[in-house]
Amino acid sequence: MTTTSETSTRIRSRWAPYVTTVRYLVLFALVCVFLIPVYVLLVTAMKDPAQVSPSRMWNLPDSFSVDTFGEVWPTLEPGFRNSVLMALPASIISSLLGAANGFVLAKWRFPGADVVFPLILFGMFIPYQAILIPMRELLTDWNMVGGLSGLILVHIIYGLPITTLIFRSYFVTISDELIDSAQVDGAGMIRTLVFVALPIALPAFAVAVIWQFTSAWNDFLFGLVLTSTDSWPVTVALNNIAGGQVVPFHEAMAAALLASIPTLLVYVLMGRFFMRGLMAGALKG
Amino acid sequence: MSEKTSEGRAAAAAADALTAELAGREPAGVRLDQVSKHFRGGVQAIRDVTLTVAPGEFVVLVGPSGCGKSTLLRMIAGLEEVSSGRIHIGDKDVTTQLPQQRDVAMVFQSYALYPRMTVRGNIGFGLRMRRVPKEERARRVDEVAQILGLEHLLDRRPAALSGGQRQRVAMGRAIVREPQIFLMDEPLSNLDAKLRVSMRAQLTLLHKRLGVTTVYVTHDQTEAMTLGQRVAVLRDGVLQQVDTPQALFHHPVNLFVAAFIGSPSMNFVHATVDAGAVSFAGVRIPLPPGSPLADGGRRVILGMRPTSLSVASEDGAPRLTVTPAIVEDLGDERFVIFDVDAPRVDTDATRAAVDAQAEDDALLVPLDRATFTARLPATTPVTVGEPMAVAIDPARLHFFDPATGEVLQ
Repeated sequence: MTTTSETSTRIRSRWAPYVTTVRYLVLFALVCVFLIPVYVLLVTAMKDPAQVSPSRMWNLPDSFSVDTFGEVWPTLEPGFRNSVLMALPASIISSLLGAANGFVLAKWRFPGADVVFPLILFGMFIPYQAILIPMRELLTDWNMVGGLSGLILVHIIYGLPITTLIFRSYFVTISDELIDSAQVDGAGMIRTLVFVALPIALPAFAVAVIWQFTSAWNDFLFGLVLTSTDSWPVTVALNNIAGGQVVPFHEAMAAALLASIPTLLVYVLMGRFFMRGLMAGALKG
Repeated sequence: MSEKTSEGRAAAAAADALTAELAGREPAGVRLDQVSKHFRGGVQAIRDVTLTVAPGEFVVLVGPSGCGKSTLLRMIAGLEEVSSGRIHIGDKDVTTQLPQQRDVAMVFQSYALYPRMTVRGNIGFGLRMRRVPKEERARRVDEVAQILGLEHLLDRRPAALSGGQRQRVAMGRAIVREPQIFLMDEPLSNLDAKLRVSMRAQLTLLHKRLGVTTVYVTHDQTEAMTLGQRVAVLRDGVLQQVDTPQALFHHPVNLFVAAFIGSPSMNFVHATVDAGAVSFAGVRIPLPPGSPLADGGRRVILGMRPTSLSVASEDGAPRLTVTPAIVEDLGDERFVIFDVDAPRVDTDATRAAVDAQAEDDALLVPLDRATFTARLPATTPVTVGEPMAVAIDPARLHFFDPATGEVLQ
């Protein structure tokens, strides 16, 4: 514990206690600002319908109730299920392909790699709107509009630039000798990737999956345009709850809270992987 | 104590088993035939290297950093393409084969252990990739672990090992494959000095037991001299001399090899040959009888090892009066450093060789005069700044052409 007694042996400026106090006050104030929307979300979701009104949005509810969550769930559930079925494969497949791309671009160089990589990155800067109509046309031709398969495909492809970037940046930091060693030990490109590179790349994998899952889950535009009613993702379902003539704020808030749970869950589950240094011990010292 | 010996016996038994297995295989040699390597951008890393490593031989490639020795090793492994020339392992031309097709194992400078695998997984990886059945794999991994004293570490990850242990795992990974050729790229350079010396002895022992053809790369000439049955000296991608350590030391073919091999380095001075004697700084040393240099006069670079200088006695050997500038006491011997009243030898060759061992050669001495080191017994009374007489052994002189750096014999 910090102590200012004479026996303390810590090296510190004599202003340190004040600086620390001020620093924490500032940080606390910023946290409060960032949490305001979450506060409104929570209290509104727990209010009785009669209490919900814009003029009283800051007030705490008279009685906390979770009934609203139960009321919106049946409306939200099909979209929620669709989103899980869509976002999981979209994020995992996109990350695996990104890992393969990143590995080849960083460690299994081929002529022209320096041209291919920027071209792939270019994909990150193409806005959804720009390709929406041709995409819909193409997928219609391929008979992939309406169900989830088209949406999954689009998210896999749209995720490739960022997952490729994540994995390439990660793989360039691992030693070339590790890859050389696997080759001399008898592993070809695929087996080097699977047995040596991927196990080391778990932190990158966590980052890529979190990123991809979140962006696929949060997407509204592709979900709306490429699927039919049965396959609407949760974002579209959420919009339907909030988009009526009279907005039932408490229901919208409760539904939004429910819809945000999976992305939070993915972060909590996978976040610990990139906190750990998994490369430790590969090389000397 | 008894536990230790029984452990030792087990290791010896395991080594015997492995030796027996290896003995069933015909050892293969390596043949490099006019091998060259150009990197993109025009750098020529290797020029026309022709080198034959006999089956079962331990050959060391040595040279200053950037001389291409690692590139050459990687070319044998198949990790680097050959620009021209052929590489044979045994009777097979492997020039265009992938690393995994060549039957070689390599130990890397960084060890390159697979961080997410246990020691067992690391050692067994090569066998797994070659689809060796599980039971045989386990047996061979255990055998090698026993030889290297790694049995109790088999379930650890590399992160939980010390530097020396990691080094042994890297060795084990190579040995377990029972390859035709071991390739080692400075495998000891990340160990501390004491451990390096003991691992050097272990390596020699291991090579004796297993008898596998080994090509070993190092920049450390002491390592090269102690390990190699033959040593190949490389400079700027050109093979300078391939010979036994003894021959390299006593009969260097050029100035670079002479300056590079030996510690402390050979002393050099500009000298003149005239009328059957060589002279510098006012000393005349008669040439040995029958020397081809005897007729006619010319300028030469004269070289002499620190051990061919001794305290002058009354036997009439040519002597040099010097003033010691630095005395380095090593216990039972001392290095006496002094400068000589003759121009310093400063050619590309000597500079390249000395840069490689700069740690030995940080001298604060006049740059325009030649600096000599004499290796004298510690019983010799030497005082810095007090003139003394040093005798030169006329039988151990080396003469080099000042223009080409080639030896004159």
